[in-house]
Amino acid sequence: MAQLIKNKAVVADTWQTLELAEGETPEAIALPAGQVIFPFAVWHARKTEILARGTPVGILLQPADAVEDIAGELAHFAVIAVNFPKFVDGRGYSTASLLRQRYGYSGELRAVGDVLHDQLFFMQRVGFDAFALKDGKNAAHAIEQGFAPFGDVYQVSTSQPQPYFRRRA
Amino acid sequence: MYKYDAIDRQLINERVAQFRDQVRRWKAGELADDEFRPLRLQNGLYIQRHAPMFRIAVPYGMLNSAQMRKLGHVARKYDRGYGHFTTRHNLQLNWPKIEDVPEILAELAEVEMHAIQTSGNCLRNITTDQFAGVAADEIIDPRPLAEILRQWTTFHPEFAFLPRKFKIAISGTKEDRAVTWFHDIGLHLKVVDGQVGFTVIVGGGLGRTPIRGQVVREFLPWQDILTYCEAILRVYNRAGRRDNAYKARIKILVQALGVEAFSQQVEAEWAHLKGGPATLTQAEFDRVAAHFTAPAYDQAAAGDAGFQQHLQDNPAFARWVERCTHPHQVAGYRAVTLSLKQHGIAPGDITSEQMETVADLADHFSFGELRISHEQNIILADVKEAHLYTLWLTAKGAGLATPNIGLLTGIICCPGGDFCDLANAPSIPIANAIQARFDNLDYLFDIGEIDLNISGCMNACGHHHVGHIGVLGVDKNDAAFYQVTLGGRQGNEASLGKVIGPSFSAAEMPDVVEKIIQVYIDNRTEEERFLDTFDRIGIDPFKNRVYEGRAHGKAKAAEKETA
Repeated sequence: MAQLIKNKAVVADTWQTLELAEGETPEAIALPAGQVIFPFAVWHARKTEILARGTPVGILLQPADAVEDIAGELAHFAVIAVNFPKFVDGRGYSTASLLRQRYGYSGELRAVGDVLHDQLFFMQRVGFDAFALKDGKNAAHAIEQGFAPFGDVYQVSTSQPQPYFRRRA
Repeated sequence: MYKYDAIDRQLINERVAQFRDQVRRWKAGELADDEFRPLRLQNGLYIQRHAPMFRIAVPYGMLNSAQMRKLGHVARKYDRGYGHFTTRHNLQLNWPKIEDVPEILAELAEVEMHAIQTSGNCLRNITTDQFAGVAADEIIDPRPLAEILRQWTTFHPEFAFLPRKFKIAISGTKEDRAVTWFHDIGLHLKVVDGQVGFTVIVGGGLGRTPIRGQVVREFLPWQDILTYCEAILRVYNRAGRRDNAYKARIKILVQALGVEAFSQQVEAEWAHLKGGPATLTQAEFDRVAAHFTAPAYDQAAAGDAGFQQHLQDNPAFARWVERCTHPHQVAGYRAVTLSLKQHGIAPGDITSEQMETVADLADHFSFGELRISHEQNIILADVKEAHLYTLWLTAKGAGLATPNIGLLTGIICCPGGDFCDLANAPSIPIANAIQARFDNLDYLFDIGEIDLNISGCMNACGHHHVGHIGVLGVDKNDAAFYQVTLGGRQGNEASLGKVIGPSFSAAEMPDVVEKIIQVYIDNRTEEERFLDTFDRIGIDPFKNRVYEGRAHGKAKAAEKETA
């Protein structure tokens, strides 16, 4: 089980993520009750049905999923999970930047998959606020040191809308 | 040159602490090898043939004498007393211990140096012209914008895990000396209607698939450079291939989309970023530019009689002045290249003692500052002509005054198979064998200007594609062979060399180069350089001479059959 970190603490995950098993299709899969994070394809195929359930909705984006495709639907989501199948696949950082900075998404933005200590700093800066730290990793050390190895930054990002050069005294 | 302020210093100190903890977790088994690898790479640390290889950044090639002394100290204390300057303004140590690297980083941080993003699939060191700020043909000094780009690239949160490495070069002169046509982004500073800006070139690169970059924007105002780079990088980060490392550079994306479609995507992305907070301010430019002001030149430096006398009296000195000094913006000054291409030494290698000598020379004769060129030499940018003779004597004594800059033996060469895990073949012994064959200075001067570049594999760290003569190490059934290209070049007309034919064994290489030179000598007109003759007569005369009487192709196969 991944360890969900929010606001510098490990918290219980109240969401379940729907996964398509072998042979299941987005069109036919049974939609579970409760707070569910749906794969993009399921959301795409079953929007009306999902919304009719009347419970908060989450969506799972893969690295290749275009954030533009859900840009008009962001108000429906309480959680957007962005998957990092391998931590060296950096597409999710652009996904997060666009969701926060261009499309104004303000709900929970969760990094899932190969989420490790040394990427938390970057993830937080592009706008993630929930981190499903990989199973077996030291969450206490990650919380203590992973988020702020650096006391300041040069660039503009979601967490720092002004570059350092505009913040100079 | 640029001096760190509080934030710059804070960030590199925090980087040392961060890396120390990463090494600790790796040793404790908390970080798997696969998880540690990209982290150490982004700190310049490879695992190589003999030991880790550690790459220290010299941002845009500038350093001061204290930094050079520190490099000498680090090489002596943690390595074997020498280092290797690369083609991208970095110093490599070949034998450090991983456990020592946090200490090395801490020592480097004391003099405002680091190894941040010198490797890995991220934004790499910014490179530029070694004569920036003093070149006679300079339009705009690129250094302030290079420093601004250095800061922007450092720990950029969105672009730390790109599909592949990403290299930016910037040039501010009429003649491009920064190989900008063969970088992921190449920037040419220029002035249009009184406004300073860039021509933006994207998608160049050497390596496995050498491609000349293409212009995506003819003119970009300097204030927009960060937002525009963000747009380029975002398009690349999202759309660049990640399924095959050999097809992951931005050049492949630009080729796949076509430069027009690629440019449209960048412009569409930029439309959202343009004018945003990352737009540079005049105040920030001025703050950084204030670090790159001209030193206190002696306005009466011109026309030194002693210098003229030495030139007349000492042909060896005159030769060195001809090859190793370069025009300067200020009368009576020259830029000096200290050759790291002494015959018989690995090109680009420098000992700790030489680093200290060079630092002393900088203090005595060049305002305490130094540059590294992509040709792997050291430059003293501001030397009074009156001081050249004394400087030359010291440099000569230290093995730093071989007058072969721009000549056949001033070879660009990667570390090759003797050190590098990626290499298919050794490269240093080839360089040294060619230097030994052409050890006669009169002959070298007679041959004249020619770039010979050697890479030990197709990753092309030795820039073989843009050598007038390029040599590429290839592996054939576990034996090292060398493929030769002719006619490549850097500069404004940068282009790739053409392969002359089947590859050669190491033992054949000096003969091959000699034959190529012979064809040139036989065919040249009085004023022609090697490249001019090559452009006029084409590749065939060279091919014919080199392969004359040499069985290859079908003939060679037949020979084997009968043997």
